[in-house]
Amino acid sequence: MNSSKDHILSKIKSIQREVKPLPEIPGFDIDADLKSLFIQSIKLNKGEVISREEFKGLLAAQTFLKVYSRVEGFLTYSNMDLPEDPHHLSELNLAIVKGRFGVAENGAIWFEDEDLGHRALPFITEHLVVVLDSKDLVANMHLVYNRIGQDRSGFGLFIAGPSKTADIEQSLVIGAHGAKSLRVVLE
Amino acid sequence: MSENNIHVALFLPCYVDQFYPKVGIATLQLLEKLGCEVTYPMDQTCCGQPMSNAGYERDTLGTTRHFINIFKNYDFIVAPTGSCVLHIKDHSPQVPGLEKEQQELHHKIFELTEFLVDVLKVNSIKGVYPHKVGYHSSCHGQRGLRLSSSSELNEKPFSKAKQLLENLDGLEWVELDRSDECCGFGGTFAVTEEALSVQMGKDRLADHIIHDVEIMAGGDMSCLMHMEGIARRNGTPIQFKHIAEILNEAMS
Amino acid sequence: MSHPEQAEEFLKDKANAKWHDETLWFVRDKRDAVSKTVPEWEELRELASKIKDDVLSKLEIYLVDFETNALANGIQVHWAKDAEEHNQIVLGILEKKKCKAIVKSKSILTEECHLNPFLEKNGIEVVDTDLGERIVQFLNQPPSHIVLPAIHLKKGQISDIFHEKLHTEKGNDDPYYLTQAARIHLREKFLKAGVALTGVNFGVAETGEFVVCTNEGNADMGVHLADVHIASMGIEKIIPKREHLGVFLRLLARSATGQSITNYNSHFRSPAPGKEIHIILVDNGRTEQLAREKFRSSLKCIRCGACMNTCPIYRRSGGFSYGSTVPGPIGSILSPGMDLKKHSSLPFASTLCGSCSDVCPVKINIHEQLYEWRQEITKAQSSLNAKSISMKIANGIFSVPFAYNVGGNMMRGALKFLPDSLTYSNLNTWGKERDLPEVPKESFKDWYKKNQK
Repeated sequence: MNSSKDHILSKIKSIQREVKPLPEIPGFDIDADLKSLFIQSIKLNKGEVISREEFKGLLAAQTFLKVYSRVEGFLTYSNMDLPEDPHHLSELNLAIVKGRFGVAENGAIWFEDEDLGHRALPFITEHLVVVLDSKDLVANMHLVYNRIGQDRSGFGLFIAGPSKTADIEQSLVIGAHGAKSLRVVLE
Repeated sequence: MSENNIHVALFLPCYVDQFYPKVGIATLQLLEKLGCEVTYPMDQTCCGQPMSNAGYERDTLGTTRHFINIFKNYDFIVAPTGSCVLHIKDHSPQVPGLEKEQQELHHKIFELTEFLVDVLKVNSIKGVYPHKVGYHSSCHGQRGLRLSSSSELNEKPFSKAKQLLENLDGLEWVELDRSDECCGFGGTFAVTEEALSVQMGKDRLADHIIHDVEIMAGGDMSCLMHMEGIARRNGTPIQFKHIAEILNEAMS
Repeated sequence: MSHPEQAEEFLKDKANAKWHDETLWFVRDKRDAVSKTVPEWEELRELASKIKDDVLSKLEIYLVDFETNALANGIQVHWAKDAEEHNQIVLGILEKKKCKAIVKSKSILTEECHLNPFLEKNGIEVVDTDLGERIVQFLNQPPSHIVLPAIHLKKGQISDIFHEKLHTEKGNDDPYYLTQAARIHLREKFLKAGVALTGVNFGVAETGEFVVCTNEGNADMGVHLADVHIASMGIEKIIPKREHLGVFLRLLARSATGQSITNYNSHFRSPAPGKEIHIILVDNGRTEQLAREKFRSSLKCIRCGACMNTCPIYRRSGGFSYGSTVPGPIGSILSPGMDLKKHSSLPFASTLCGSCSDVCPVKINIHEQLYEWRQEITKAQSSLNAKSISMKIANGIFSVPFAYNVGGNMMRGALKFLPDSLTYSNLNTWGKERDLPEVPKESFKDWYKKNQK
């Protein structure tokens, strides 16, 4: 037995406490246009919601040397395979991944291991494009956890915008350590 | 006085008795104008708040027992202070043998604006007061007694003081940049953290000055004493009045 | 130095103090505005508070559940009763992995345990990877705020230190430029690191997973590239169920910075193939605080920092004035429990205005606990120095005019009931920058006697 574990647990047990019940969590669902709310949230997070046409326009206008896509219907944009070692993604310019759910109230998009290939992918890439089905939008965090349920993915992730910081005099800078941009292709 | 009048015991903070008798007089006259019969129990003393906030609540047992004995037989106890009322309700020690009286007292004691709005149900006061007024809500009144909404909470904005003042003819209620920032008085804090206390007072004063406030009003003279002290020292031309003084003047 | 001395020092640079106050007020304002866009905000605070109450009432059960589930998921679980043991566990893992350098993301717990100096003494290079933390690490300073670690610094100072450490252009203080320099510098560190350490925002008992929230993505850059992830977690960070994350994630970022959610919210349930996750459950005084009934609920804190941003004292005295790992109102109720003697002036560094309690997303009655600590500190005065600062503070009540015998009659009645151990002191302090009120000709009592009907 781990003696520190026993020590801590027995110390806690020795403390007289009144048992407090757990509250029920309501869904707090709202009657709103989830799509427009989601678009607005992503914008506030300094991301951008675009159409597939606009995405094509982006690729035409901007050069992404290394592109890796894991999304059905977007696979042709890939010009590399997933390397075995995520360190080899360090030169990646664009990653295209599929989001499972989008949360309208804050723009958060849910991913699991399968969606990412490597957990490092959406962070190490210079730019990130997420493909999301608008039928996978939910109003808020309570409802998205209901949808996620008890999925057994080893890693789960909400991304809500591009990497950012305000650590220098509270000036917002986009592109700290992770992806410098987030674009959501909402279909 | 008719027998139907509400009988009120007036409780004055000790520093109001000594430094601001005009606030005590205004409170008494205002309550009488609104139909109350007012008594000022002469043996009242400091409620013990300075002691308790300094960490000596246990030493205020005598003060508290005295307070209960002085006021226990009145229907209502009204005071022109949020701070001392909050102290009586929240921070006076349990007095053995007077548990029932103490409990009852906590339901009978009211800050002035609270008493006018919640007990006397005064919706608005008719009178004339042609001045630009800024209101400094004391934190103990505001967040302690909930005399007005707190900017941190997601609640419907309200203010008992504003409700009483805003219908006076000519009174212009000034909205401040920081609606409910502390002035930095804080009792002991005013001297133990002198530098901070003065800076907070200066900042609070500045918020009123940039909005061209003519009179800074409030429900607690302790906050006003602190800011008036700073204003006087710096020759800042702004007046300070307790809300009781304004209402009493406006009704005359 | 005590809090009053530190605060006075901070306020000497008037322009900087004003900037600090206004910048944090701006964050507070954003928090106020965003919280009002959520109609159920107050209900969420109530739910969060109740969930945390439940956690504290059954902490031993949830900790065991958490461990069982985490082990089943392939996470290695360690228990540390204090900072020393925590640090030894980290060092042990590093030695086993023959690792001489780690990348760290923001963890207040490791600050509390003084992990960095410990590891450095043992020959390990520690790189803090949150931008603000890296800045203060370059300057050899602790963070001055738990969410905004470098809020005490101006961009000119950051430009200077970056010029020295990262060879950026001298005098270039553009935040974007400086951030990009840090990005390049830290990317190199991320790519080389074998072990990454993070803090934990929430540990979920029913799943054995834990959640880490950042805006920069530094925690994830570190752990997903390294072979080993060490997560340091205070035992009070447990929540019962995954669905409770919905409540806390709605509150956390809105309270902290006014964002609707942090950018990256990573749920670690099991290690990626071939990798390791270690979680260290740390007590370090938490069980003692749990045993103090009046102060128990301080353990509900989710470290959002909102009480700092709203506190009129914190804004005008800076994080360093508190001299404790967690500064501000919440720090002033946690720190005396860790070291009463050292932190005895902190509960007095407050006007008891109550803003901290109203802003708190888990409804900790912070200002009430400050009041209660004052009572404890005066009781412990025999063990503290009688001339200690907190005693001077406690006894300072008699230098406030309303408690002073200016008029000759003042408090005569009350005095009968006050302890005589306390002595009057003069009014010099009050009068430094404030006039005294004019003493009227007669007191109210005098007037009343004459005019009584």
